[in-house]
Amino acid sequence: MRTSTRRSHRMTALAAVAVMATGLLAGCASDDDSSSGSDNGGGNGGGKTTLTIGTFGTFGYKQAGLYDEYMKLHPEITIKENVTTRTDVYWPKVLTRLQAGSGTDDVQAIEIGNITEAVQTQADKFVDLGAQVDKSQWLDWKNAQATTKDGKLIGLGTDIGPMAICYRKDLFQKAGLETDRNKLAELWKGDWAKYVDLGKKYMEKAPSGTKFVDSASSVYNAALGGAKDRYYDADGNVIWDKSEGVKKAWDVAMTVATSDMSAKLKQFDKPWDQGFANAKFATVACPAWMVGYIQEKSGDAGKGNWDVAAAPTAANWGGSFLGVPKASKHQKEAIELAKWLTAPEQQAKVFAKQASFPSTPAAYSSLKPSPDTLAYFSDAPLTQIYSDSAKTIPSQIFGIKDQPINTALTDVGILQVEQKGKSPEQGWKAATEEIKDVLGQ
Amino acid sequence: MTGSKQALAQPASSAGAAPGKQPGAARRAHGRGRPASGGSPWRSRLYRWDMKASPYAFITPFFVIFGAFSLVPLLYTAWYSLHHVQLSSLDHQTWAGLDNYENLLSSDFFWNALKNTFTIGVISTVPQLAAAIWLAHMLNYRLRGSTVWRVVMLTPYATSVAAATLVFTLLFAPDNGMVNWVLDALGMDPVNWRESDWGSQLAVSSIVIWRWTGYNALIYLAAMQAIPADLYESAALDGATRWQQFRHVTIPMLRPTILFTVVVSTIGATQLFGEPLLFGGVSGTKGGSEHQYQTLGLYMYDQGWIVGNLGKASAIAWSMFLILLIIAAINLLISRRLRKS
Repeated sequence: MRTSTRRSHRMTALAAVAVMATGLLAGCASDDDSSSGSDNGGGNGGGKTTLTIGTFGTFGYKQAGLYDEYMKLHPEITIKENVTTRTDVYWPKVLTRLQAGSGTDDVQAIEIGNITEAVQTQADKFVDLGAQVDKSQWLDWKNAQATTKDGKLIGLGTDIGPMAICYRKDLFQKAGLETDRNKLAELWKGDWAKYVDLGKKYMEKAPSGTKFVDSASSVYNAALGGAKDRYYDADGNVIWDKSEGVKKAWDVAMTVATSDMSAKLKQFDKPWDQGFANAKFATVACPAWMVGYIQEKSGDAGKGNWDVAAAPTAANWGGSFLGVPKASKHQKEAIELAKWLTAPEQQAKVFAKQASFPSTPAAYSSLKPSPDTLAYFSDAPLTQIYSDSAKTIPSQIFGIKDQPINTALTDVGILQVEQKGKSPEQGWKAATEEIKDVLGQ
Repeated sequence: MTGSKQALAQPASSAGAAPGKQPGAARRAHGRGRPASGGSPWRSRLYRWDMKASPYAFITPFFVIFGAFSLVPLLYTAWYSLHHVQLSSLDHQTWAGLDNYENLLSSDFFWNALKNTFTIGVISTVPQLAAAIWLAHMLNYRLRGSTVWRVVMLTPYATSVAAATLVFTLLFAPDNGMVNWVLDALGMDPVNWRESDWGSQLAVSSIVIWRWTGYNALIYLAAMQAIPADLYESAALDGATRWQQFRHVTIPMLRPTILFTVVVSTIGATQLFGEPLLFGGVSGTKGGSEHQYQTLGLYMYDQGWIVGNLGKASAIAWSMFLILLIIAAINLLISRRLRKS
């Protein structure tokens, strides 16, 4: 009796191990299926279809209630959003899954820093959306960034990052500076160097504990966002060290880094967030998406103290696209969803929620920021400032390694000068070495 | 394994033959006694098959998983390291021979990362183990609520790297961090902990020390409690002080344990990754603007996933593996030497 129970115990254990082992292996296999959205059982025939959308950061679709709205319009669709906070974690994952041909989401968001890499290396992994949409809805330069050499459109524009300057009126006043947004815009119009000059004036009478700007890197990114040439030429050659745009942006950033006007904070770091809350700096280069960020981080204390003025030059910083991987099992439905989410009406709704600026000019006339946001930014004409900037942004050329090259300049070159007291020449040299390493030279 | 063999060899050995001495063998012998002596040949064959194959079946899951998630990737990484491969075009590989390795040997970034890994390793491991021995020695005395102390020691180890690093990042914040606040109170200049060369390494090391000291202390404590009390008694009879007892009894008896913790800590230090990454915040893979705390692990991650040079990243991975092999060899030599003496 005892023997047989023992044996059966052993057999059970063995069976359990076997089941677990196969379960593990099967788990790997079925995982891919479920994340590409085929775990709904029904497929297209009458049952519910689950569409997954992969995003990073805060796209605002969920916050603006767009998923719920779409599911109400299309009762047969269920939408699931897979969010990864950071792009530098999100993008490598997407790249490997695209190439493996499985595990991708039905709709995949692509950041502007990665769009060129996607266009040049992953175009055959994405559905050509060009024939599916009216391309004239979007700004030309936005479409151009997601279009391959042979004319395939692999991503639909979501938001863009037209530039403005956000500044604290209260601090400007204490420093004895002009506080009117139109006069300020006039003061620094055309040249970021003029903006930096104002910084010198600010520092002469700066309220204690405050600086003019958050970091030299933010000035660099803003200035570069309005330059025609960046790191690559039209043929895909790296020209960063000869680029006029880079040189100019670098020089402005160096003026900031070698002066005392920078709070020396690294953007998107905790101390930077705290800097907003404690009013450590008076201005920040302010692409449209920054508006929501400031509101969140600066909190109630900042309400009514912030204002927005037009930037020295029209510039773009940031923005994204939605693409549909060919690996999606519900391409048709996914395309419909991507089209709907990027349509002017929906982009306007996201703007109303978190001020992500639409890439579709048709939306501009109807843009209404939320009353909260308006009150927060002293009733600045946000729509007008940003749409004026958006319409005059030059078409820029991006390259495959745009992102790491930019990081090398901001987080190695500029940071060394700003925080470690190196000379601008040393900073430039360090960035050069870094970029060589990035390019594998 | 030995247990079951014994059981096979002596199927009839009575259950009472070795009670307590080898509980496993005894129980098996007892349980298995009948089917072997009586029953059909089929059953006995099944039984023998069971005895032979089951152990392997039991260890198979580990090896299947190890093979799928460790061995294959390991070999594939070696293959990658001999090619030029970009993350964005994995299928487009061109043979590079030892290019990637040569590139590393001539790269300042690689040597810098190796140097950082070494210095951070030393700064974190040495104080950590020294403090652990001291703490274990203290805990080895009769203490009130000793369990409480031991649990407290283990809590940092149970904290996640992310949570611990987040707190330390706040402590070391240049503007309003507590460490600078204390320095200020002591009349010293504040340190930009993230960008200063030695400051950043100290800060990263402090996270490692905080997390692992308690863990090592518990290991030492376990070893200390296995030291026979009569050794101390006779030492005390010979007039040895507490310190002499510690030096001449405790430390020699702990030698194998110390060696073990040194090896484990060294491996941990070589692979150091999470702490400096999270300490760096945005673009933490650079390990500071001058790569002042970029470890090999960070450099590998930066090359592979941020920059996208998978071939080079694989070469770094294999270099790390080789470094670990060298460390293991040195360790083997030392332990042999120790055993002889």
